[in-house]
Amino acid sequence: MSQTVADIKPSYPLFRADDYREDLAKKRARVEECHDPERMEEVFRWTTTEEYQELNFQRQALTINPAKACQPLGAVLCALGFEKTLPYVHGSQGCVAYFRTYFNRHFKEPVACVSDSMTEDAAVFGGQKNLFEGLANAKALYKPEMIAVSTTCMAEVIGDDLNAFIGNAKKEGHIEPEFPIPFAHTPSFVGSHTTGWDNMFEGIQRYFTLNAMDDKEVGSNGKLNLVPGFETYLGNYRVMHRMLREMGVDYSLLCDPTEVLDTPADGEYRMYDGGTGMEEMKDAPNAIDTLFLQPWQSVKSRKFVKGTWRQPATEINIPMGLAWTDAFLMQVSALTGKPIPASLTKERGRLVDMMTDSHAWLHGKKFALYGDADFALGLTKFLLELGAEPTHVLVNHANKRYRKALEQLCAESPYGRNTQVHTGKDLWHFRSLMFTDKPDFMIGNSYGKFIQRDTLHKGKAHEVPLIRIGFPIFDRHHLHRMTTLGYEGAMYLLTTLVNAVLERLDEETREMGVTDYNYDLIR
Amino acid sequence: MALRQCAIYGKGGIGKSTTTQNLVAGLAELGQKVMIVGCDPKADSTRLILHSKAQETIMHLAAEAGSVEDLELEDVLRMGYSDIKCVESGGPEPGVGCAGRGVITAINFLEEEGAYDEDLNFVFYDVLGDVVCGGFAMPIRENKAQEIYIVVSGEMMAMYAANNISKGIVKYAKSGGVRLAGLICNSRNTDRENELIEALAKKLGTHMIHFVPRDNAVQRAEIRRMTVIEYDPAHKQAEEYRELARKIVDNKNLVIPTPISMDELEDLLMEFGVLEEEDESIIGQTAAAAAAA
Repeated sequence: MSQTVADIKPSYPLFRADDYREDLAKKRARVEECHDPERMEEVFRWTTTEEYQELNFQRQALTINPAKACQPLGAVLCALGFEKTLPYVHGSQGCVAYFRTYFNRHFKEPVACVSDSMTEDAAVFGGQKNLFEGLANAKALYKPEMIAVSTTCMAEVIGDDLNAFIGNAKKEGHIEPEFPIPFAHTPSFVGSHTTGWDNMFEGIQRYFTLNAMDDKEVGSNGKLNLVPGFETYLGNYRVMHRMLREMGVDYSLLCDPTEVLDTPADGEYRMYDGGTGMEEMKDAPNAIDTLFLQPWQSVKSRKFVKGTWRQPATEINIPMGLAWTDAFLMQVSALTGKPIPASLTKERGRLVDMMTDSHAWLHGKKFALYGDADFALGLTKFLLELGAEPTHVLVNHANKRYRKALEQLCAESPYGRNTQVHTGKDLWHFRSLMFTDKPDFMIGNSYGKFIQRDTLHKGKAHEVPLIRIGFPIFDRHHLHRMTTLGYEGAMYLLTTLVNAVLERLDEETREMGVTDYNYDLIR
Repeated sequence: MALRQCAIYGKGGIGKSTTTQNLVAGLAELGQKVMIVGCDPKADSTRLILHSKAQETIMHLAAEAGSVEDLELEDVLRMGYSDIKCVESGGPEPGVGCAGRGVITAINFLEEEGAYDEDLNFVFYDVLGDVVCGGFAMPIRENKAQEIYIVVSGEMMAMYAANNISKGIVKYAKSGGVRLAGLICNSRNTDRENELIEALAKKLGTHMIHFVPRDNAVQRAEIRRMTVIEYDPAHKQAEEYRELARKIVDNKNLVIPTPISMDELEDLLMEFGVLEEEDESIIGQTAAAAAAA
């Protein structure tokens, strides 16, 4: 039963050994007080039925696996995208441990983020003292040049006033008055991680520009601003840099955590690396315009651009897939007067070539997907372009207007005729759908793997394989470095999708003498 | 005798703290062992017993010590007149933090530290008038106060508050043992006050346990930070509080209240002339329109 040094086994396959199996069976029988396997199987089968789905969709008081995260998580990612900026969360420290581990597990990188650890007395008297000490300590210890403050539920429920607290901290000398401390209230019981990103970004806009608009003039710096939104594919930041450079457009990518979330192992720990500079943010109102790459989740920031910066904040869709990348580049060209260069035209041609090459395998394939609003919209658009059929699109944090837009998009394509859009629903709803209306694949973050397990348990014919695109992806490595936007991103998405189809086909045709007549070398 | 835990609720400014302390002094005179737990950030629930301005509170001391875990019972518990034990939960300044959370923290602390010892006969929770969040319902949550007394007067808002508090009690009565034990009328010398509160009590399914008349002796004692019983034991007002104390000791009338609708309450107030009959025709009419008509 014990491990031997020469042959140490991890839990799998160790627990499959006879002695462990016996022990686990005893434990089950003696202490777990569970139903017998037949009864459990019966209930499992019932959860896969139409009848159960109907009950499931009537569910009111419970969310199971919500397919979204909480506001301060988004605020922290936003803060990480600015130069020498320390994300600071005013509230309880457990929340901050969660943000750090969540990002650790996805990016496989350390994530510097502090909390002012409010405890019982802070909950009663308010967290001002914690903020005073926290700001002073964080600055002395970690030497940031900016601290971006967001909040946890605890501080929000008792109504802590960041504006007043930070003002007092400066007035009372806990931190220098000129030290930049943008802030955002990010209650988790409202919205999601994307709301938090939007709030934090607006806080930073506000801090650097609200009272400095007198000498600003739209278009005077000749630049274009890009705002990424809650973006976890590092390649998406990089592809934006590349495309705009190739176009010869002077631009600012407002929020760029690519360096700090992808630091090299060269012996030097970098708490801060890269990121958008403060000067760039201060100069942002002088740009020609600001484009939001994920407009559905950037409502507040976009309003600020329109209202305070007085820029048009031209409406675009997430530049995902072919048509919306075209539209994005044409919009950039229209705003800046720079033509789309031959290099990008060629890249586009390559994408179109790839799409036609793989077309036969993707045409009519059914995909169900879930994730953030803009991502799900962009991916649906691209699936339709590929001739694939999105069957169910589930976005927990989206509103009615979004739902209509997505339905409209699907209605315009013959491949989207049967698409059903689910907003405000969770992954347990999604699980039901995977049984009752089985697609060929589902697309989403790592949490979908349990739905795949469940569908497989019903029988191989019911299995819905998961294609991992989204956030978080904890159980595959380095996918966060990939690109999903632009032509380059479309190439990655296409490659991922078509190879998932081919892998699956191989898996199904690998049976010697039975299905292997179609186990082809060439696909 | 088992420990009886009582909570005193009522509209802000109705005289809860004054009534509680005078009544507790009466109980102490009867030989009862009593503890007062002030559940109000103002921390004025024990000053007449302690002859102090305001007792140092649990939350204040916890903030100084760093955390509640660093406190001991002796730090927060004071002995006052006739060995009455006094504790104040305390809480934040107006406008910051969460006072309700302070009450929860303080009561949990007292329980953990064994403040409710076997010698005690009574604990009185003196709760902030406006039960605005769950924290102020803490004394009536599971296994704490079983008897609720509502201090009320013949004024409309006081009665309105009493009815609202009854609604709160109903909520907790379903899942626990909390019961309405009676209305204490702290007289404001309004017309037919006695009868009105009797009538209200009947509608709520309870009784008016005592009618405390208005007397300046209370204020005279308060200036000296004393209860009437201690300041002037022979005064007739002292006897009123003794009477209230005796009635509470003997009280067996514990009910789940039957709160009434706003309309019913208004009807009652009209019956006693506290509220005028509404003239539907003038609702929404401006002064100018009234003059023209």
